[in-house]
Amino acid sequence: MSAVDINSRDDLRELYRELILDHAKSPRHFGKLAGATHTAEGINPLCGDKLRLYLRLDDEDKIDAASFEGSGCAISVAAASVMTDTIIGLNVSVALEYFRAVTRRLTDPGQDHGDNLDLGKIMAFDGVHEFPSRIKCATLAWHALNCAIHNQTKSVSTE
Amino acid sequence: MSHPQPNDSTAVAIENCRSDFPALQQEINGQPLVYLDSAASAQQPTAVIDAVAEYQRHDHANVHRGVHTLSHRATDAYEGARDKIQAFIHAASRREIVLTSGTTESINLVAQSYCRPRLGPGNKILISHLEHHSNIVPWQLVCEQTGAELVVTPMDDVGQLDLEAFKQLLSTEVRIVSIGHVSNALGTINPIKDIVAQAHALDIPVLIDGAQSVPHLPIDVQDLGCDFYAFSAHKMFGPTGVGVLYGRESLLEEMPPYQGGGDMILEVSFNGTTYNDLPYKFEAGTPNISGVVGMGAAIDYLQSIGVSHIVKYEHDLLEYLTQQLASVDGIRLIGTAADKASVQSFLLDDIHPHDLGTILDHQGIAIRTGHHCAMPVMDYFGIPGTARASLALYNNVDDVDRLVAGLDKAKQIFA
Repeated sequence: MSAVDINSRDDLRELYRELILDHAKSPRHFGKLAGATHTAEGINPLCGDKLRLYLRLDDEDKIDAASFEGSGCAISVAAASVMTDTIIGLNVSVALEYFRAVTRRLTDPGQDHGDNLDLGKIMAFDGVHEFPSRIKCATLAWHALNCAIHNQTKSVSTE
Repeated sequence: MSHPQPNDSTAVAIENCRSDFPALQQEINGQPLVYLDSAASAQQPTAVIDAVAEYQRHDHANVHRGVHTLSHRATDAYEGARDKIQAFIHAASRREIVLTSGTTESINLVAQSYCRPRLGPGNKILISHLEHHSNIVPWQLVCEQTGAELVVTPMDDVGQLDLEAFKQLLSTEVRIVSIGHVSNALGTINPIKDIVAQAHALDIPVLIDGAQSVPHLPIDVQDLGCDFYAFSAHKMFGPTGVGVLYGRESLLEEMPPYQGGGDMILEVSFNGTTYNDLPYKFEAGTPNISGVVGMGAAIDYLQSIGVSHIVKYEHDLLEYLTQQLASVDGIRLIGTAADKASVQSFLLDDIHPHDLGTILDHQGIAIRTGHHCAMPVMDYFGIPGTARASLALYNNVDDVDRLVAGLDKAKQIFA
């Protein structure tokens, strides 16, 4: 990304950090997943974001593969990409801890959430809380994760 | 292209009118607001805001009910607005002006009251691919209720109706044709008189969804020849929650009430009820009186400027908007029909419209992003949504220039 002075207030740059733009342009784990054991669709009717998440769990409930497909804005695609990066290799109970930490962190940023978790790249989304209409974009994939793990087959909507 | 020039006498009046809209006199994110979302909802001039407030302060009571002074004043204000609406759209009679909550209710009213009793398996309702969801879903509901079939006139790559296909789809099985006057997503002006002539040749009535046309085009329902015309106050600088169904009197007379309640009756007993005359038969319950008063004030405002002046000004400004957008590297214009009003949808590079919307808002520029409640139109172009700039009489060349500069910033961020 080019070094552009977007504004004296740097909110926009905080929102569209390099890591987010990178994942939006080159999403990881994009596509259908062969042998998926769990799947769920996430829909954000406001902007038309629509993604399907695939998980493959092993016998011990570890997520040994995850992928997603669909279309959405930079924030929702990057969130899905970073999420799949994060959860592969985790037990579902830990993945759900991440889900809870991430959704709390974005909606209630004044508090420390997920201190016991290695949030890593997820912290790149901290700028989203300055843009209330975009929080749903950043949490869409995570809600789909929660839905898929609980084997809810119907679509989850952010509305 | 001829810019709308401030030294043109028309443009002077319209340039000045921007100051009539208090909401436009503010900064958003440190920048003067550029409001390019009037197709979703237009801002209100002081004249409308004050008319509603004056009514609430001094004249409010229920309508058609009391012998006291305030009830008279409220009734006069409410019925006076109906007369203004009748004159504004050139209806033959005030009995043809049914006040509703908006375009959506107006279309649902026709679907349920006019069509439902006339529909059964084998019958068809003919709409178009360009329609807003509010001119699709009410028909789907009545089709589910009756076993009738919804048939869709196709469109082409620039966003124009396929009139040849329309002619082919017209048949004696079609019970109503329902078409938007102006597409909310693409801005296409449909050839209503041609459509009406074709349908009437087979005695098929025509409903026109006028939500997007009323503030931008002169409306003469008798000249158009349509049987129903639906529109909303909030797209034409009036309040939300108010709209109109114009209906040809002979058709309204045949139709049963849409909802039951107070005001739509002459006499009620437990043995039965005698319905009120037109248009009150379709106005059950206490209406949105202050909203209707505001709609009347909005019509006064539009007429003080002159609809023909507005048409010319907006035509030139839309041309300027389209030209300026087309000159942006990486732009894709969606909806390029020859005859258009007020709207330009577009995509920029592979930037998602929602991201564009956030980046522009950050610069004080309000546009609509998404599917615009016209998902079939988006499906046609194979896109999840568009960014849409829509114009009204208070916009100007500077607004367009700010939009184009704003898009430049979006390109820089996503470079």
